[in-house]
Amino acid sequence: MSDHTSAVATTARVVATPAAEQAIRELVAERGELMFFQSGGCCDGSLPMCFDRGELVLNDRDVLLGYVAGTPFYIDHRQFEAWKHTQLVIDVSPGLPEGFSLPAGDDAHFVTNGRLYCSP
Amino acid sequence: MTLTADLVDVEVQPKVRSKVYTAPGFPGSVVTVKPRYDNFIGGRWVPPVGGRYMPNISPVNGKVFCEVAKSTPEDVELALDAAHAAQDAWGATSLPERAAVLNRIADAIEANLEMLAVAESWENGKPVRETLAADLPLAVDHFRYFAGATRSLEGRSTEIDKDTVAYHFHEPLGVVGQIIPFNFPLLMAAWKIAPALAAGNCTVLKPASPTPWSILKFAEVIEKIVPAGVINIVTGPGGEIGKALASSPRIAKIGFTGETVTGRLIMQYAAQNLIPSTVELGGKSPNIFFEDVMAADDEFLDKAIEGLVLYAFNKGEVCTCPSRALIQESIYDRFMERCLARIAAIKQGNPLDVSTMVGAQNSAQQLEKIESYVKIGREEGATCLIGGERAAVDSDIEGGYYFQPTVLKGNNRMRVFQEEIFGPVLAVTTFKDEAEAIAIANDTLYGLGAGVWTRDGSRAYRMGRAIKAGRVWTNCYHLYPAGAAFGGYKISGVGRENHQMMLEHYSQTKNLLVSYSPKALGFF
Repeated sequence: MSDHTSAVATTARVVATPAAEQAIRELVAERGELMFFQSGGCCDGSLPMCFDRGELVLNDRDVLLGYVAGTPFYIDHRQFEAWKHTQLVIDVSPGLPEGFSLPAGDDAHFVTNGRLYCSP
Repeated sequence: MTLTADLVDVEVQPKVRSKVYTAPGFPGSVVTVKPRYDNFIGGRWVPPVGGRYMPNISPVNGKVFCEVAKSTPEDVELALDAAHAAQDAWGATSLPERAAVLNRIADAIEANLEMLAVAESWENGKPVRETLAADLPLAVDHFRYFAGATRSLEGRSTEIDKDTVAYHFHEPLGVVGQIIPFNFPLLMAAWKIAPALAAGNCTVLKPASPTPWSILKFAEVIEKIVPAGVINIVTGPGGEIGKALASSPRIAKIGFTGETVTGRLIMQYAAQNLIPSTVELGGKSPNIFFEDVMAADDEFLDKAIEGLVLYAFNKGEVCTCPSRALIQESIYDRFMERCLARIAAIKQGNPLDVSTMVGAQNSAQQLEKIESYVKIGREEGATCLIGGERAAVDSDIEGGYYFQPTVLKGNNRMRVFQEEIFGPVLAVTTFKDEAEAIAIANDTLYGLGAGVWTRDGSRAYRMGRAIKAGRVWTNCYHLYPAGAAFGGYKISGVGRENHQMMLEHYSQTKNLLVSYSPKALGFF
């Protein structure tokens, strides 16, 4: 996979709120290493999918956006092109996750909020 | 099945035009609600092995109204046991009998149409006028279509030489896994179950975590009609039981409708088990309006205006939502003025009121996501032409998840033009000519649906062929008749649904190569 994190020296492409960092640490303590993959469309779209590390087989073009609480965060390379002008802020919100994502604790799920840092 | 245009033709409509249905479970409701629901396995209601249940919320008021099984992989195994026990007999059932069962399912849905329509509205948040006129009638027709389609499917035989014949038979795959989304819980179940059963397979179906209940009401309706074990339904979190089902070595195929990363996982699990998969994923469908739609102020223009406003159908929670409107520059101001007036007239509120046009988003998660996208759109420089906020509703439903029908004007490079918001949010932009319309339409990762509106038949044809999407609605939108193949180009999915060809996707070919000659080959 490509590492695009070097392209932005000053601003991380993905960051996590303290609540998300805490949830990730607890989940790692419970299950072992994790990975995130940014979802892109349809029913559960736009949520960060959290899996056991290695659950989703990565391809050579998946982009490593960065790390949140030590957990790698990936995005599809085509989606990266559409999203690269925004910073992703990972947070936690109530309710079960959708898709096959692991929950962020009891009855909570991870969410991705976007913050614009340059014009499209 | 058209949507609003046919409302008046629907049998249940005249008597319910000004009606507000009583919420399920309350005195006088057409829908009964039990406090707790088990899994439907082997024709029986089976408690989850782990004994755990999860609350089920109605998005109409945001309140818990029942509990459903919070299943674990052990429950998936029980369902697979039941399906495998039923498979040989169901696979060997004669075509007339198999078709008769599908027709009986259709009849049972039809006989309970109002009850299921209200249940579906309460479960999902969609307006009951849609479930009465679209979701449920389409589900009925889907079972009937596949009852007929399976009778007309023929194998082929080939005369290789005068004494050698190759016979080809369609045989069932076996037990299949099916995972459906929250946006059309019953209709998506019909899309999945009907072809699988028609082709002689048994199914283990997992409804979406936010919408597990209406499908269980469907199971109550058909439990005495379908042989035990042919349809099995297991509810629970996707990360646990969705994965257990999709990665099970005991399924012969996995069918999935949902989001792209999960679609990738599904195909990965299928590859690891060497089984086929069908995945129907997201979209960001363009809806293109050429200047000639305004050549006259007539019925057709009125239809085109409604065609744009159809982005708000099912509150935008549709994979094919026409969420990008491309309008020819020369008519933009006049056309949008008419469209915005139509959008401003949308009645939003209690989905159980038959006059409500836009109901509640399916979950708090969806509502938050929509808000987040509108914020991103504004930051990117999009102009909000209407809506843009959570909707105020009556106090009895204020805990529900309501978002105003919204229009953002911007350009195709913005995230709100590139990502599926899954809400009543339209991104609108302009184009100069046909070439630019095609370029913008195809500048997307997705390719599920598209709409073209023009009075020029040749242009409609050229556009339809040039747009890279699995379905191009031409002078219409959001029609989903059985018999019209549905599925995605690009990353919108692999495979097709809604058509007789589905029977091929749920069958495998048996070739009998038969020699009628007494002569040896002569090698040994």
